[in-house]
Amino acid sequence: MTHPSPKKLGAPKAVAPKPALRRFHQARWDEPVIFELSSAGQRGVLPPEPESAIVQAAGDVFDGLPASLKRKTAPALPEMSQLHVLRHYLRLSQENLGVDLNVDIGQGTCTMKYSPKVNDQLARSHKLSELHPLQPLSTVQGILEVMYRLEEMLKEICGLDRVTLQPGAGSAAIFANIAMIRAFHESRGEGRKRGDVITSSFSHPSNAAAAKVAGYNIITLPPDADGYPDLEALKAAVSDRTAALLITNPEDTGIFNPRIAEFVDLVHRAGGLCAYDQANANGLLGITRAREAGFDVCHFNLHKTFSTPHGCGGPASGACGVSREMAPFLPTPTVEFDGTSYYLDFNRPQSIGKVRSWYGVTGNMLRAYAWVMSLGAEGLREVAEIAVLNNNYLLNKVLEIRGASAPYAKGKRRIEQVRYSWEKLASDTGVHSEEIGFRAADFGTHYWTSHHPFVVPEPMTLEPTESYSRQDLDEYVTILKNIANEAYTNPEIVHTAPHNSTVHKIDQESFDDPDAWAVTWRAYQRKLKKDR
Amino acid sequence: MSRKKIVYPYIPNSVPAIKEAMLKAVNAQRVEDFYADIPDTIRLKRQMKLPAPLLSEAELVRHVEALLAKNTSARETLSFLGAGCAQHHVPAVCDEVNSRSEFLTAYAGEPYEDHGRFQALFEYESLMAELLDMDVVNVPVYDGFQATGTALRMAGRITGRPVALLPATVTPDKLSMVHGYIRPDMITELVPFDPATGLMDLNALRRQISARTAAVFIENPSYLGFLETQAEEIGQIAHENGAIFVVGVDPISLGVISPPAQYGGDIACGDIQSLGLHMNYGGGHAGFIATRDEVKFVAEFPSRLFGVATTCVTGEYGFGDVAYERTSFAVREDGKEWVGTAAALWGITAAVYLALMGPQGMVEIGQGIMQRVRYAIGKLNQVTGVKIPLLTTPHFKEFAVNFDGTGKTVGQINQSLSEKGLFGGKDLSTDFPSLGQSALYCVTEVHTQADLDRLVAAIQEAAK
Repeated sequence: MTHPSPKKLGAPKAVAPKPALRRFHQARWDEPVIFELSSAGQRGVLPPEPESAIVQAAGDVFDGLPASLKRKTAPALPEMSQLHVLRHYLRLSQENLGVDLNVDIGQGTCTMKYSPKVNDQLARSHKLSELHPLQPLSTVQGILEVMYRLEEMLKEICGLDRVTLQPGAGSAAIFANIAMIRAFHESRGEGRKRGDVITSSFSHPSNAAAAKVAGYNIITLPPDADGYPDLEALKAAVSDRTAALLITNPEDTGIFNPRIAEFVDLVHRAGGLCAYDQANANGLLGITRAREAGFDVCHFNLHKTFSTPHGCGGPASGACGVSREMAPFLPTPTVEFDGTSYYLDFNRPQSIGKVRSWYGVTGNMLRAYAWVMSLGAEGLREVAEIAVLNNNYLLNKVLEIRGASAPYAKGKRRIEQVRYSWEKLASDTGVHSEEIGFRAADFGTHYWTSHHPFVVPEPMTLEPTESYSRQDLDEYVTILKNIANEAYTNPEIVHTAPHNSTVHKIDQESFDDPDAWAVTWRAYQRKLKKDR
Repeated sequence: MSRKKIVYPYIPNSVPAIKEAMLKAVNAQRVEDFYADIPDTIRLKRQMKLPAPLLSEAELVRHVEALLAKNTSARETLSFLGAGCAQHHVPAVCDEVNSRSEFLTAYAGEPYEDHGRFQALFEYESLMAELLDMDVVNVPVYDGFQATGTALRMAGRITGRPVALLPATVTPDKLSMVHGYIRPDMITELVPFDPATGLMDLNALRRQISARTAAVFIENPSYLGFLETQAEEIGQIAHENGAIFVVGVDPISLGVISPPAQYGGDIACGDIQSLGLHMNYGGGHAGFIATRDEVKFVAEFPSRLFGVATTCVTGEYGFGDVAYERTSFAVREDGKEWVGTAAALWGITAAVYLALMGPQGMVEIGQGIMQRVRYAIGKLNQVTGVKIPLLTTPHFKEFAVNFDGTGKTVGQINQSLSEKGLFGGKDLSTDFPSLGQSALYCVTEVHTQADLDRLVAAIQEAAK
């Protein structure tokens, strides 16, 4: 085969520098809902057929079943070949951003950091994934050792005396802590008397909600003028009815409460216990701990500070640390070591029992263990310091943006995150925080307002963790600055965003209308038909 | 002694020059400036005592793999362990999809930049809805225990009544979790079972049920593996007394066994571990709750419910939160229980599983499991001294095997099996003393005739 002689063009043409803003466009596969992809007769996987001797010996497996229990028609699932199932889900995955793809600092309070691939790979080993929770202990010494060692590490990180890894996530860990607190007061005959739980408006909603499920009356401390949980309000709330204070520090504002020990003392003096929500521990590793501030219990989210992937919203993993006095109430079983081998202790008469099936989300325990092992004490301190440096760097830059502010504690440094406000921008331009988020999607990034209620008006919470580079932070700021400029000069483009996303403006009304909402495809089909 | 400054691969700004430049940019001398608000009295004044780090990935892999090597996985042996966590085949595409960075490393994104997760989870709800023959399914909760606890609390809120009746065949673990979860507002009472069949004692149920009963809960299949053949009648008794009928199911059975909605179930709940999730030493669970599409049910879900809607572009699907104001995200303690991170990726995985299996796959796997169980039961029942205590009741994938006639304990039998490279069933003698020396065996589609014959032979030998 001969090639035509190429035309001589000389030196390569220089590509112009990239513009400051990424010309992003998200994948838009316009993908149907999976039921629309069904093609009669196609198969995705074939289950293994039982051998003929089994089939013969079994006879009619339904002969002892009443008619009501024998399914008459097969479930109306889609029929698809394997490639088509895979392709559908790969397309949907491309219509999603994760930490690996975007500067994921717009989801403050969630500690969106890099989840090392090597840890995923290790967790996928059949030496973990194919273990049954009831195997003989001699065949699970490796995973028990990982759990035991991770507990030891977390004990040192929070300074408390025992740790359980059983809760399935952070909110479940809050519930486990409040259940232990309830058991503690009951053990002293004060279960009924102590019916109040105190929390603060800038703590995660689950502190209030889980304590309510545990049967408590909730008292919420508002922020004071400086943004701290109001100490005077605490003094007014604390009484001999106080079961516990559930609080975080720093709160979602990122402002460290220097009087935290005073809060704890006040509650202790009234006979209450103190629980430290350490979902936001990332900026404090090796700096200050639950122990030093006097807390009785605390919890970590392994999927936040300890790097395990967030999985679109789980599987997560929660870890509770407790003082010696609280240890008898830990969930069953605990992981123990007798000097030779690891075992599970089920004989715990004062335990609150189970908070989850089996022992917890083991894959995330292994990942968290590997993450701590890859950093050590010095590395964890570096995590905290860089997370805090990144946050203060970002704070400086965001405050330069027209219309943005960081309420409370003016001029003070923040720890790992900041709750900002676009109040000025909104009143100047009519563009709301939520819309800034829609527009941010056009530049390939994720943005979230904040937890409700919006105590800070038009809120935005950024938590830049240690995973992001200076360039990443600069890029995010450039995006925000651009959107703020648009709000002032061409608000329409923000109001009508997103433009470069997978989808366009979604009609929200149906989600709150029982006649129109459709949580499943079959409900959607039924309601559509009825409408016609 | 000056040591080389470590630049951490996971921390880009740990490069000293970058750190310096960033400090300068914010007028800080050192990082310590940012911690100025933390009083000295609550500082940790020493370095944390943690193991020396394994800085290179190679060392880390070696270390962790050495730990994992101490485990023997069910894949390296022949396991018949179940009790709510079962070895099923996980199709490769399930693992492929849940390994994707875009799904694995995303979190609580919004419908615009994370359309994919909204659609995938809406489809999960929709696929489960077909399996369950119900119109509303939630985004997964932590596990089947949590789903049960919440289903009972929902029944409590709907009826305004305090008592939940549960069969005495539930596992003490589940009872422990559920009791701890609902006890501030509700009472759990157990309804005894007929020791010959395992089925609920309906006379006892009729005696126990009252105007205070919020829910009658059954499991189908039960923890002990049998199918509750009186389910329809139990539902009628519940309804006659104004109670909600809550049914826990193993979704992998639903290709062949009727879903609760078809015999009077008001709320279905359970665990999706059987649908494409590895056992993970008990870490592979996620829970579902399903109801009819009626406001009285929908309003009581604590979980996210993703719904489909139109967008401003013709022919485009958008997704979002249905009835968000019921959640603790919206209204803190005034919401229904709480919502938070739970097990979304496992929901996406189960969706992939159901799409791969299709209607035919679900029928075949259900039937194939029941055939294998019948085969195993038939063979084991012939072993001298071995009995199947609930023989007359149909089973799905688990069944109790009794060793009283062998004069041996389950512990002794299992020890003998273990020496032959088999994991025998879970010992029931402590939790269900009325069943004597019995163990709970689990047989699934992964077991071949040769596996089952090997089990029978090993038990025969162990029973001698």
